[in-house]
Amino acid sequence: MAQTVIDTANHIAAYAAKAARAQVVAAYPITPQTSIVERIAELVESGEMDAEYIRVESEHSAMSACIGAAAGGVRTFTATSSHGLVLMHEALHWASGSRLPITMSVVNRALGPGWNIWADFTDSMSQRDTGWIQFYCADNQEVFDTIIQAYKLCENERVLLPAMVCLEAFTLSHTYMPVKIPDQEKIDEFLPPYKPKWFLDVNNPFSHANLVSPEWYMEFRYMMQEAMENAKQLIPEIGKECGKYFGFEHGGLIDKYKCEDADLILLTMGTIGREAKIAVDNLRKEGFKVGTARVRVFRPFPKEEIRKLAENTQMFAIIDRGISFGMEGFLAEEIKASLYNHEDRPLIAGFVAGLGGRDVTFKTIEKIARKSSEWMQAGKVEKETLWVDLRE
Amino acid sequence: MSIAPKTCKEMPVTTLSIPTVGSMGKTGSWRTFRPVVDYSKCTRCTLCWIYCPDGAITRQEDDSPKIDYDYCKGCGICSNECPVKAITMEREGE
Repeated sequence: MAQTVIDTANHIAAYAAKAARAQVVAAYPITPQTSIVERIAELVESGEMDAEYIRVESEHSAMSACIGAAAGGVRTFTATSSHGLVLMHEALHWASGSRLPITMSVVNRALGPGWNIWADFTDSMSQRDTGWIQFYCADNQEVFDTIIQAYKLCENERVLLPAMVCLEAFTLSHTYMPVKIPDQEKIDEFLPPYKPKWFLDVNNPFSHANLVSPEWYMEFRYMMQEAMENAKQLIPEIGKECGKYFGFEHGGLIDKYKCEDADLILLTMGTIGREAKIAVDNLRKEGFKVGTARVRVFRPFPKEEIRKLAENTQMFAIIDRGISFGMEGFLAEEIKASLYNHEDRPLIAGFVAGLGGRDVTFKTIEKIARKSSEWMQAGKVEKETLWVDLRE
Repeated sequence: MSIAPKTCKEMPVTTLSIPTVGSMGKTGSWRTFRPVVDYSKCTRCTLCWIYCPDGAITRQEDDSPKIDYDYCKGCGICSNECPVKAITMEREGE
């Protein structure tokens, strides 16, 4: 029987790693991720989870250990946050370049200084170009389902890339919600054991990640780009299949809500997307034709779906929980880049909100929608990037 | 790999290297001076075998050294370390 548990997203991530039968977990603690790897340690210690648990001296080592384990042909898991993820940066490239399907949950936390342990997307956005697939979740059920799906996706022969399953600090990581955990048998059926494309074998010795001359380097990079494009096709398919198996679908690449007839679409990521649905319902009652689209997958970036979304609307309001200093919000940049060669280009306004864990409630989002609506009626965006609730 | 692939479709998914003898060239060609062992002087102490930085000396059954000239770069460390001066360095081509 499927089981419903009420727990934090962090513990749910640990249960997902167990349900996926991760065989090696290498981890280093960092707030607010720690309770993921603590729970896994307990599960391994009690014998409920059959995995090798490696305690390491840093996040760089955690990822390096995962790379070694994955190169040995086993399913691996780790988790990190913020400065831990940033320290891991170099090893992230080695994982993706070696085409190892490692899955990692990232609890999105702000970077210091000022020292801050609350929600912010800057940590994982800074890993945008590492060749990792990136999912962003909006509730605890999505965290569980996405971790299971991530393994299925990453281990597909057409993909073979690692993935981050991102969830926001405290808003999700330490918040209790009911989650349906399917029967292990059904999970095993959906996610069969990992069959590596290659693995290090003493009986057939070879090494990986060696010197590659300019003559061959570009081709390896091109294959990674192709793998990302394949992932873009597979993510909605796997999402649907998972829905059939376990009952929940989370929207494929983009979770759209009331966008069909919307003049204004609020584009978001993570939990702000869930809050935006409340704002949309409230504004709809007042007669605003507004919808919201939550980008679930940031890499590969769903530019085709963004273009489709742009066809029947007048304006995009993009809410970013992060800023690329000297430019704009991360999501705003990508959406604009996706539309440049496209005929239908709506007005676009970028909003930076919720940095360092500042609350973004439906009221904040309604305010953003009203400001955007003013600009939409005037036919002109007054400010390309507006910092919401800033003490200016 | 003996036959180079023509397109990325023929390539492995990532950079995998199968160990092959001399895949990066036989480094013995770098040598200017060649170590020559005088087996009548050699005491089988194996110091040259221990010190060779390239593993180009193998220990034979009687513990005397055998130099692999395909990989010996001619650094002269064995000759320098030999306590009985049984290894001399001779200029190549002479």
